[in-house]
Amino acid sequence: MIALLKRDLALAVRAGGGFGLGLAFFLIVIVLVPLGVGPEAALLTLIAPGMLWVAALLAALLSLDRIFALDFEDGSLPLLATSPLPLEGVALMKGVAHWATTGLPLTLAAPALGFLLNLSSTAYVWLFVALAIGTPALSMIGTFGAALTVGLRRGGLLMSLLVLPLYVPTLIFGAEAVRRGADGLSTTTPLLMLAGITLGSFALLPFAASAALRVNLR
Amino acid sequence: MSIWEYANPKKFITTTTPIVPWVLGLSIALLVVGLTWGFFFTPDDFRQGSTVKIIYLHVPAALMAINAWFVMLIASLIWLVRRHHVSALAARAAAPVGIVMTLIALITGAIWGQPMWGTWWAWDPRLTSFLILFLFYLGYMALWEAIEDSDTAADLTSVLCIVGSVFAVLSRYAVNFWNQGLHQGTTVPVATGERSISDIFFVPLVMCMVGFGLLFLALVLMRTATEIRARRIKALEARMRG
Repeated sequence: MIALLKRDLALAVRAGGGFGLGLAFFLIVIVLVPLGVGPEAALLTLIAPGMLWVAALLAALLSLDRIFALDFEDGSLPLLATSPLPLEGVALMKGVAHWATTGLPLTLAAPALGFLLNLSSTAYVWLFVALAIGTPALSMIGTFGAALTVGLRRGGLLMSLLVLPLYVPTLIFGAEAVRRGADGLSTTTPLLMLAGITLGSFALLPFAASAALRVNLR
Repeated sequence: MSIWEYANPKKFITTTTPIVPWVLGLSIALLVVGLTWGFFFTPDDFRQGSTVKIIYLHVPAALMAINAWFVMLIASLIWLVRRHHVSALAARAAAPVGIVMTLIALITGAIWGQPMWGTWWAWDPRLTSFLILFLFYLGYMALWEAIEDSDTAADLTSVLCIVGSVFAVLSRYAVNFWNQGLHQGTTVPVATGERSISDIFFVPLVMCMVGFGLLFLALVLMRTATEIRARRIKALEARMRG
C-alpha cells in the first residue's frame, strides 16, 4: 500500500501529472471573484469563507478524473486489481494520494489567498483547520465518483454531476466553521461534523469505490 | 409460494398487466374526487385565503418524491443481493417518476410561496434539501443513460443510490444546521397521531395522498413492464443480427 502511494505521488509530481494544476485553478477562481462581484472590502470579507471553500471544492473536482483514468488506460488498474492488495486498499490509497497532491497544497495555500479576499483576521486559523479536516473527505468522495465513471469515455462532466451533490454536507460544514471563526463564535460543532464526514468517508467509501471498480473491470 | 416468483419477468408482466388499469383507475378516481373536493368544496383559510388549496398537490407530491427514492434504494439493494433484473428495472423506472414529483413539489411550493412569503424561492432547509434531492435524481438518471451495458449500469447505479441515500440524509441534516427555516413543520405527523389540520381539509388531503401513491405505483409498474419489453426487443434484435 505504501509502495502504491509512493508510486502515485511520484507520478503526480513528475511532468504531465497535473500536480499544481489544481492549485493554479484555485488561484484563478479566487482572482476572478473580486472581478465579478466588485472590489468592495466589506462585501469580500462577507463572502470570503464561502468563496474560498467553493473554489477549493472546484479545484479538487478538476483533478478527480485523473485518479483512475490514466491507470485504466495503460492497463495498470487491472494489474492492481489482481495484485494481493485488496481493491479496497487500492481505492483508499488513491484517495490519500489525491489528497496529498491537491487537498494538502490547497490547504496550505488557502490562508495566503485569504488576503486577496480580505478575509477577517480571526478566520485564517479556522480556514486552515477546516480545510485540513474537510479536504480529505472531498478526495475520498471524489475517488468514489471517479471509480463509478472510470469505464466511460467522456465521464468527466457526468462525474461532476454525480460528485457535486455528494459534496454538499462537506461544503456546508466547512464554510460554516470558517464563517463562525470570522465572527468569533465557537467552531466546535461544524468542525466535529466535518471530522465525522471525513472519517465516515474514509471508513465506508473505499468499499463502495472498490465495488464500482470491480463492476467496471468486469 | 414465495414473493420471488414475481421476479420472473414473464410472471411479473402477466401479473401486473391486469392490475395496472385498476390501480390507475382508482388513483385517478381518488385524485379527481380529492382535488375537486379540496379545490371547490373546502372553505378558504382565513389568513391564507384560497392559496392554501395548493396543499392538495404540494404535500402528496413531496411525500412521493421522497418515497420514490426509498423505493429505488430498496430495489437497488434487492438487485445487488439477489440479482433479479426486474428489481433493477423497477429502480430505473421509478427515477423519472420521482424526479417529476420533486419538480411538482418545488414548483407548487414556489407558486404558493410567492404570495405567502413574498418570494418564489428562499434558501430554507426544506427547500434546499429538495433541490439537492432533485440533483441526486438527475445524476442517477444520467448514470443510467451513460452506460451501455445494462448489467454494469444496474450495478453502478445501485451503488450510487446507496451512497447517495446516506449523503441525501446528511445534506438534509446539514442544511437544517445551516439555516433556520421559513417552511412550516409537518402538518400530519404520523408518529404522534396529532395533527394541526381540521377534518374538512384532512379528508381530501388523505385522498390525494393515497391517489398520488397509487398513481406512482401504476406508473412504476407500467414503466417496469415497458423496460422489460424494451430489453426483450434488444435481445431479439441482437439475435437476428448475430
